[in-house]
Amino acid sequence: MNTSLLPLFVAVPLVAAGALIVPKGPLWVRRALLLAPSAAALLAATWLLWLTRDGAVFAHNVGLWQDGIAIPFVVDVFSALMLWTTSLLALVCSVFAIATGDDRQPFFATLVLVLTAGVSGALLTGDIFNMFVFIEVMLLPSYGLLAMLGVLGRLRGGRIYVTVNLLTSTIFLAGVALVYAAAGTVHLGELAGSAKENPTVAVGMGVVILALSIKAAVVPVHGWLTRTYPAASPAVTALFSGLHTKVAIYAIYRLYALVFDGDAKFLWIGVVAFTLTMLIGVMGAVGENTTRSILVFHMISQIGYILLGVALFTEFGLMAGIFYLIHHMIVKASLFLSTGAIEHTYGTGALDRLGGIAKREPLLALVFMGAALSLAGLPPFSGFVAKLTLVMAAVEDAQWTAVAVMIAVSLITLMSMLKIWGGVFWGQEPPPDDRGAPAKAGENGSVTTGTRTQPKIRTALLVPGLILTATTLGIGLGAQVLLDLSAQAAAGLLDTSGYVEAVLGR
Amino acid sequence: MTLAITIGIMVAGGVYLMLQRGMVRIVFGLILVGHAVNLLIMSAGGVGRRDLPLLQFGTALTAGDPLPQAFVLTAIVIAFSIAIYMLTLAASGSDDDTEDAS
Repeated sequence: MNTSLLPLFVAVPLVAAGALIVPKGPLWVRRALLLAPSAAALLAATWLLWLTRDGAVFAHNVGLWQDGIAIPFVVDVFSALMLWTTSLLALVCSVFAIATGDDRQPFFATLVLVLTAGVSGALLTGDIFNMFVFIEVMLLPSYGLLAMLGVLGRLRGGRIYVTVNLLTSTIFLAGVALVYAAAGTVHLGELAGSAKENPTVAVGMGVVILALSIKAAVVPVHGWLTRTYPAASPAVTALFSGLHTKVAIYAIYRLYALVFDGDAKFLWIGVVAFTLTMLIGVMGAVGENTTRSILVFHMISQIGYILLGVALFTEFGLMAGIFYLIHHMIVKASLFLSTGAIEHTYGTGALDRLGGIAKREPLLALVFMGAALSLAGLPPFSGFVAKLTLVMAAVEDAQWTAVAVMIAVSLITLMSMLKIWGGVFWGQEPPPDDRGAPAKAGENGSVTTGTRTQPKIRTALLVPGLILTATTLGIGLGAQVLLDLSAQAAAGLLDTSGYVEAVLGR
Repeated sequence: MTLAITIGIMVAGGVYLMLQRGMVRIVFGLILVGHAVNLLIMSAGGVGRRDLPLLQFGTALTAGDPLPQAFVLTAIVIAFSIAIYMLTLAASGSDDDTEDAS
């Protein structure tokens, strides 16, 4: 493979973003420019998955500078898997944003493209300082997206989001400085295994991992997420949930495997923190009464599941964690998109102001039900395989508390999915006065039933969620493909020599 | 040592300001902490034991490490842009700055 193509994952969205700043293009050209880079990245990531499926690692030094000076781009099967999923989500969420009309906002497309460029860069980079830079590239447009698509109350959410993320980035940077002071390099190839040998490097990397845990919203540093995500527009929440915290999770996996070399003496911290994350996340959801805030709390609980894989640090555990990560990104986005479609059409996500949707929108109800069952971990969806492998991995490692918590949390997850189901999809339709003013009812293809004008959810709003639910069903039925890829990725994390050789160019 | 004390004082001031209620003070606090971290990166290059990072004043063995300076330059640009954005947020929207101003 010609590895000099790797930086295109970052360059193409950036160029498209630049082109979109030019005002007054026809709308279809702007929409094509928004969708094309993500679609191209999806195809390219599929190709990369094919190339790396047997554990091959490709690396490229940007500008062909020599190793250690250049900006390295590395791809192995783990990053290819992440690239594939993030591109899919970026594409689907952009389609949803076009359907809701979010993309008519000035600079919406530009910001989304810069965001995807930052995500791809953070996934591909082989150097922790560049990881900081790419995470910032990813965060800067999201500040804009959060504030732009909001009213005053949302602006307050935006303040928390920016403040927390800037502080976290500063902590990350301090960690990078400490690592540089202790090891004299920030290059992942040269840092490999150094935190296990040198406790000073371990302190610096510990600060970096702490910063990443805040970004991933691990309990007890999760409070910012539940305050800010429900404040964004539905399309943006889906996009953020799929990309932001997951990049931090990817980085935790990568850095712990590579720099700490899976050092067993810190793993107990992870097991404790991530088990608490599962439990507290799901408990938080009990007290919420809008669809999106329930889903956001569930996201935190699921982050605990995903990260438990790295806290076990066995081959089976890592495989389960990676499988869970991919499954979760798809399912969560699907849930946000289907509830977002309701919120957009009916003007509210509050449980007590909605009802009877299952009768009015049977297909949407099906899409939501599929994703909700997958989230709770019922067969035949991917959630079942994900939870089963993770529980088995924890049993293998004799983490009985974690096993018990995982099973209990699954049940509570199912219960609160049923709460959304009962509140939104079943029951009586509330009289129209009770409902918030339907958002742009005329535009949404309203149909007249009886004497009232009732909005119906348009097909364009349905399709994105449908695609993702179909994907989770597909992964559930054909789990072996993703399990094999996850196993390969886990093997690459356990034995990092291939990655190190590729990134050092030796 | 001077550098370590300076960093400590700046972080202390920054944290104090961040714990205040008003958005503008929080922004100032973040800027202070950001600069403290920039100094930390500079000190990571070993400023105490090295010369100027200019080759005409010494050899490559004793010259200062240029990499932390490149890091700091990048970090300053990022922190600066976000600080501007946060000040915009502080100036727009609802006026929660004056709440509990005492």
